[in-house]
Amino acid sequence: MSGDEPLVAIRRLSKVYVRGDQVIPVLVDINLDVARGDYVALMGPSGSGKSTLLNLVAGIDKPTSGEIRVAGVDIARLSDADLAAWRAAHVGFVFQFYNLMPVLDAFANVELPLLLTSLSRRERRERVETALALVGLTDRIEHYPNELSGGQQQRVAIARALVTDPTLIVADEPTGDLDRTTGGEVLGLLDRLNRELGKTILMVTHDPKAAEKAHRLIHLEKGVLAD
Amino acid sequence: MFVTLLVLRNIFRHKLRAFLTALGIVVAIASFGLLRTVVDAWYAGANASSSARLVTRSSVSLVFALPLTYAQKIRQVSGVAGVSWANWFGGVYVTERNFFPQFAVDAPTYLAMYPEFTLPDAERKAFYTDRQGAIVGRKLADQYGWKVGDTIPLRGTIYPGTWNFNLRGIYQGADKTVDESTMFFHFDFLNESVKKVYPRRGDQAGVFIVQLRDPGQAAVVSEAIDATFANSLAETLTETEKAFQLSFVAMTEAILLAIQAVSFVVIVIIMAVMANTMAMTARERYAEYATMKALGFPDTYVAGLIVAESLGLALAGGLVGIALTFPLAQAFADAMGTLFPIFFVSDETVLLQVAATLVVGLVAAAIPAWRAARVRIVDGLRAVA
Repeated sequence: MSGDEPLVAIRRLSKVYVRGDQVIPVLVDINLDVARGDYVALMGPSGSGKSTLLNLVAGIDKPTSGEIRVAGVDIARLSDADLAAWRAAHVGFVFQFYNLMPVLDAFANVELPLLLTSLSRRERRERVETALALVGLTDRIEHYPNELSGGQQQRVAIARALVTDPTLIVADEPTGDLDRTTGGEVLGLLDRLNRELGKTILMVTHDPKAAEKAHRLIHLEKGVLAD
Repeated sequence: MFVTLLVLRNIFRHKLRAFLTALGIVVAIASFGLLRTVVDAWYAGANASSSARLVTRSSVSLVFALPLTYAQKIRQVSGVAGVSWANWFGGVYVTERNFFPQFAVDAPTYLAMYPEFTLPDAERKAFYTDRQGAIVGRKLADQYGWKVGDTIPLRGTIYPGTWNFNLRGIYQGADKTVDESTMFFHFDFLNESVKKVYPRRGDQAGVFIVQLRDPGQAAVVSEAIDATFANSLAETLTETEKAFQLSFVAMTEAILLAIQAVSFVVIVIIMAVMANTMAMTARERYAEYATMKALGFPDTYVAGLIVAESLGLALAGGLVGIALTFPLAQAFADAMGTLFPIFFVSDETVLLQVAATLVVGLVAAAIPAWRAARVRIVDGLRAVA
């Protein structure tokens, strides 16, 4: 893969859901490139297919047809097991509701994706501490999710997303469950990850303020790219 | 280490639910063990019987005695190494509640045939030389506080009158499968006393015990013995000691089947309870499983977490249940007295309890684990919203 090639290259991507006899098109013939180091916001009304597009790029859903190349790999053709391994190595997830393991403290939550690597315990510890320091939660390392505020939980989730040094960070409504101030802090953190660490970020949001932080804004309307 | 931590924390996430489920398993596994032990106790006599011994009795019914002269004829049958005889006495010690078996035996031949009853030489000699002497098992002696030298009065039911016996020895079983709650006294003492009062009932034996030269010849020798007395006034039925013991068990087979069925029903019930717990647990955590799968954890890993949690919970309850079975069985045995002469939790029962625990854990986890492994990540993640 040359440096000019986009990190994410989507070609003729379609996704339909079948409900009994009904065939519901969710994404129709999508073509999209995302450059390495880009920060892209996906916007659109509910049901427009933006979360589906994010899920497909993240490899947690499969398209009905078309091609999704991420870092040169057509992930639509990977088996479930290969796709799981690919996600572990290349994708960092930030969810609207943080999706932390309630029985694990901040440290263990961030360490979780590293269990799928061959890193030693010491190396994992170093990485987790670095990631938690980056999101400013060194002093909350032994706190459980229910002992943290929403903003702090989302910062733990961001630390978990970047601890494996992924190729791509996908964020689905990362500020959707936060107040304006805390949401601003989380957006600032994502912005830093993009600017300072060069992370490619693909974010779904309803919030125009959040979208303003992105370098590029993509609108979806009824499963079709609007611009 | 991390996985163990995760599994343990998940088990105790809902402490009350985990406690109640584990408590259910404790009760189920302990009950299962106790019921199995009761069934084992019923079969204990048959299981402890020797394959080298036959029992010859009246072919009509056990209540009809056989002429003592048969002993000599049986001894002459090819393959027979020795013959002894015994009569059920059926005496009452103080009250009818104090039930224990008593046999009038031809002591030297009988004890030679039952080396599993171990008796100090001095006590054996004292027993042989006292016509009115008796020996009892250790368990029986402990129950009634008897010691060597005591006089044991029995009120006869089959042989009326009061019979006093001098306790000359206390035998112990060679291992824990040997009955230690029986009393033996001299056949001659009974026979001579009976002959004085009921001459027609003298020189009669309830059963003959036959020692085989070769246990493999049991069927042939049995047939030969019965053929010897065919068409006589007292025809015989000869069978292995095990078959003889099992014929008593067969009388209560329906009860045994019911007990066995209940022991398994208990396990099935707790399996259903546990499966419900695991199903609820897994359903509540679909979003977490989906998150783990999104992070790259394979389906089998997620399923394994559920199986490990289920097994952990089952083992926590099961091991406590197994540990509790021993004091429960002891308390039950104490309460039952000599009704169950051999009552102990066998290794086989413990293994069955472990197996039942593992089966409960695995079966309860099977469907939730399968569902969690199959759940689509996007559907699972939606469960959180």
